[in-house]
Amino acid sequence: MRIGVSWLREHVDLPDGITGVDVEQALVSLGIEVDSVVDQAATVTGSLVVGRVLTIEELTGFKKPIRHCTVDVGGAAPQEIVCGARNFVVGDDVVVILPGGELPGGFTIGARKTYGRMSAGMICSAEELGLPGGHDGIIVLADAPAPGTDARPLVGLDDIILELEITPDRGYAMSVRGLARDLSLALKVPFRDAGLVSAPSGTVDVPWSVTVDDQKGCDRFAARLVRGIDPSAPSPDFIQRRLAVAGVRSIGLAVDITNYVMLELGQPMHAFDADRLDGPLLVRRALPGEKITTLDGVVRSLDAEDMVICSGEAPGTPISLAAVMGGETSEVQPGTTNVLFEAAHWDAVMVGRTARRHKLFSEAAKRWERGVDPALPLVAIDRAVGLLLTHGGGTASEEILDLDYRAAAPLIELDATLPARRIGVDYSREQVISLLQQVGCGVVASTSSDVLTVTPPSWRSDLIDPADLVEEVVRLDGYDVVPSLLPVAPAGNGLTASQSRRRSVARALAEAGYVEVLDYPFMSPSVFDAFGMPSSDNRRSAVRLANPLSEEEPLLRSTLLPPLFTTLRRNIGRGTRDLALYEIGAVFHPRPGTGRPPVMGVDERPSDDDLFAADATLPKQPWHVAVVLAGEISPAGWWGEGRQATWADAIEAARTVLSAAGVPSSSVAVGAGDEAPWHPGRCAAIEVDGTIVGFAGELHPAAISALDLPRRTCAMELNLTALPPAPVVQARSISTYPAALIDVALVVPAEVPAASVESALAGAAGPLLEAVRLFDVYESEALGADKKSLAFKLTFRAPDRTLTVEEAVAARDAAVAAAASEFGATLRGA
Amino acid sequence: MTYRNDPYDPKQVALLDQSALDGAIAEAGTAFDGAADLDALVALKPAHLGDKSPISLARREIGALPPAAKSDAGKRVNIARQAVQAAYDARQAVLEVERAARVLAEERVDVTLPWDRRPRGARHPLTTLMERIGDLFVGMGYEIAEGPEVELEWANFDALNIRADHPSRGLMDTFYVDTPGQVLRTHTSPVQARTMLHRKPPIYVVCPGRTYRTDELDATHTPVFHQVEGLVVDEGITMAHLKGTLDHFAKAMFGEGAKTRWRPHYFPFTEPSAEFDVWFPEHRDGPRWVEWGGCGMVNPRVLTACGIDPERYSGFAFGMGIERTLMFRHGISDMREMVEGDVRFTTAYGMAV
Repeated sequence: MRIGVSWLREHVDLPDGITGVDVEQALVSLGIEVDSVVDQAATVTGSLVVGRVLTIEELTGFKKPIRHCTVDVGGAAPQEIVCGARNFVVGDDVVVILPGGELPGGFTIGARKTYGRMSAGMICSAEELGLPGGHDGIIVLADAPAPGTDARPLVGLDDIILELEITPDRGYAMSVRGLARDLSLALKVPFRDAGLVSAPSGTVDVPWSVTVDDQKGCDRFAARLVRGIDPSAPSPDFIQRRLAVAGVRSIGLAVDITNYVMLELGQPMHAFDADRLDGPLLVRRALPGEKITTLDGVVRSLDAEDMVICSGEAPGTPISLAAVMGGETSEVQPGTTNVLFEAAHWDAVMVGRTARRHKLFSEAAKRWERGVDPALPLVAIDRAVGLLLTHGGGTASEEILDLDYRAAAPLIELDATLPARRIGVDYSREQVISLLQQVGCGVVASTSSDVLTVTPPSWRSDLIDPADLVEEVVRLDGYDVVPSLLPVAPAGNGLTASQSRRRSVARALAEAGYVEVLDYPFMSPSVFDAFGMPSSDNRRSAVRLANPLSEEEPLLRSTLLPPLFTTLRRNIGRGTRDLALYEIGAVFHPRPGTGRPPVMGVDERPSDDDLFAADATLPKQPWHVAVVLAGEISPAGWWGEGRQATWADAIEAARTVLSAAGVPSSSVAVGAGDEAPWHPGRCAAIEVDGTIVGFAGELHPAAISALDLPRRTCAMELNLTALPPAPVVQARSISTYPAALIDVALVVPAEVPAASVESALAGAAGPLLEAVRLFDVYESEALGADKKSLAFKLTFRAPDRTLTVEEAVAARDAAVAAAASEFGATLRGA
Repeated sequence: MTYRNDPYDPKQVALLDQSALDGAIAEAGTAFDGAADLDALVALKPAHLGDKSPISLARREIGALPPAAKSDAGKRVNIARQAVQAAYDARQAVLEVERAARVLAEERVDVTLPWDRRPRGARHPLTTLMERIGDLFVGMGYEIAEGPEVELEWANFDALNIRADHPSRGLMDTFYVDTPGQVLRTHTSPVQARTMLHRKPPIYVVCPGRTYRTDELDATHTPVFHQVEGLVVDEGITMAHLKGTLDHFAKAMFGEGAKTRWRPHYFPFTEPSAEFDVWFPEHRDGPRWVEWGGCGMVNPRVLTACGIDPERYSGFAFGMGIERTLMFRHGISDMREMVEGDVRFTTAYGMAV
């Protein structure tokens, strides 16, 4: 909310010369967030004075009407000023800024020739002066002092405007009354509580017949009638100005007064045109199918929980959406002469729900939600009636309605030692009592125990628990007195295996040249077809958001690739063509057939069964890792050509991940895979212990085209959560005897996977085999079509002796024999 | 003893003559010194140290000498041979040093040539900052707790005393999943709730993670962001412990000169609550207070909902945005740079922050 310091000053004795910064600090120290402080006097510099218009000459021949005026600004000679506005006449008092002054926005005023005439200064509009709610017409002052007088106080340019953010627990602070109270506490200066002044109480005879049907939704309803006001009486300047500062539009005297009282005391009010009311009023919940046209002209279908004020024979017709917005049919109008003021107290939860249901976050609703002082209605009515009588005339009814169904305020039992135990500051019992009393609490101290019985003040509906009172104690005494003490945690267990693994994988990929990205995990359903996923692909089942940021991307990713591709394209669009990116993050797979989680309360821990059942409704959210590669993985340079990233780099990334994750290479198998969006001939399925954990390779040309990716883009995606725990590595004995190296070149059918041949060799070579490594792949016409030669280097070594040639050859022969029988391999050249 | 009267061949005498030997030594020395390189030196070797060299020829004559003269002649020939060999070795050593120096000079390269054949990768600074914070607290005995990003509404709100009808629920611009009762978590606080539900005090955890709110991306907002929260629940925990922990955290992150201050604030899950600023001496625009995060004493209602006895235990919690922390720590002025995945942004941070 926005409020001027001048208004606060009427309620609290602020020290002379207090600056905006001082006020800000005081408010912040008590938990009122200050968004901005504007000293209006500093926004217009130079001479801003009252001027009386002496002559007006209409200049013609220009594109728009222009006036040349002479204005008495208190000097010896009148000032010549050229002006484009027309809403003033000779004899009017206006606001003039003289040459040398500066308007908000750095607009400097000078004396110059324009439209063929001299113009020295400017006649100002509210908008040009930067006044809140100002429009572009020239300000015409009523009852202005002599020409030449400083005009700032007359237009409200002498105030300091605070823009405040009120937290949801502090309804009381959404008023001048509440802010002034906090300032008095912070600055230790006297405060006059406008909410605790005496006001006439309800009378037996009522000014209007009102029945409250639902006393839980409305536990207080007060009203008073003012007859015979002058319908033409305008709102006084100070009301208009203060409403404008607060951002409330000025409507007319009676309505402006209700808003003014709301800002001042925090009590939202309503002004009905009594002549437009059809008989007695009934306050009740809305009936099924009922509608109301609210003041903003919107027809609203009401919910059974909404509360309405109705007129006419019961059940009556809704004339106001209670506590949130009035209706069109009963509103005060320009010709209204008889006004019925209403000040009620509504249930905060009901108002909040109604406001959200109808998306009507009115100033009134914001206050009700945060809590309004139920003791205020009669004071507010009295204040409003007083203002209306003063500025609009008329007569107030002798009768005052006050239907009061309030329950007694709940008491809080506070252990006087609790603040010290929770805060770590040695608050004495007396100090606790005194601080709570300053907040407005009633405190009764037990003589036999530490228990304090605390009655929170009526304006603090947020004070419910002892912890709330503890906060009041430290808030008032100051957070800066809390000492600094480091608690000692018990011995912890360090990172979990999964946390260590993710870090290790991330580091390994970065060291292998990949750059980490953190994408938004949203995706479009169109990627399923772009990827070429078959209808059975379980990634097509994705979690959908009810309110996505973009209707284009309403799904949560079921694979890391779509957002990763988007980031790849963004980088390419910015001129980086050679890219290796990786991401580690959650993907989301809904669990089909799960319904709503069980209803769980907060008054005690839910049962394990309920917690388990609730969690079982959540999507599966495994951690995945993915890479995408485009362009050259190794750039051209003075050393020679660059190297394009290929399917093999993507598969190597998978091996890098598995190795960093502690998966032994003996558990890893790479086989031909078939998965969207990969190229069917260049896709590897990555298996760990026989289970596929991901895929890697080059992307399908159709997917590349549909996704607008560079040619030959490669990618890898693995499910990290699916990896088995890293085993504890068992030491192997390291033989110090020499190795025997034997190369074999095997000719096999072209479609036989090299990995299969290698594993056949390894399986049959016996225990002497230390390592096998494919070092050449060769195809030629001489070998024959559909044939290829695979050259392996076999390393044999015995743990306890130097191998003989015969031993090594025998082992090699056994290996080759296995390859021959399994794949028809023949020794090349044999 | 003398052998002058012994009959012998005058030629033989000449070869074994000391002056002849001295002449052979001198001649070899001159020849070796004249060798310009090792090859030339090797070429000279047969003439001065080979079978036909004067000294070798002289040695052959020793056998013809009378026995009494053999020993003396043998000694002198050996000495001469050693002298020639020494001259050879000396020259060889000199020439080897020269050759080594020449080879090194010939093998000189331009070491300023770039060798970026395999470009470096990088980790995202948001991740490494979260890890850094995690490590700090792990070092203090805390553990790192994690939870799901698609979260139960109950855990994200109700368990944290954010009632369905309280305006604070509306303040968090929530992404709702189209399955009832589920949201994208708006903060990492539900991880605190889950920790309390499933562990018994003493609890000392930090919860880093990804969070979501329906803000459009701009210079200061992003709908997907990261938080780290800390939670301690133990006997006798006070707000002073919170203060001490935050001060320690601030110093570890921002240097010895860092400190924290509190402003009263409202969070449903803590009471009392505060927002805290950190005094950041190394700020790009000079030392200053920077808004950092929120904190407070765990609301007893939250403890109750999570099955912890609020009479016996108390706790504190704090949390801050990782993006915000990274921004002011590193002078980043636009949130978008952190979320767009531009490799030029990320590579500047390398492997750690």
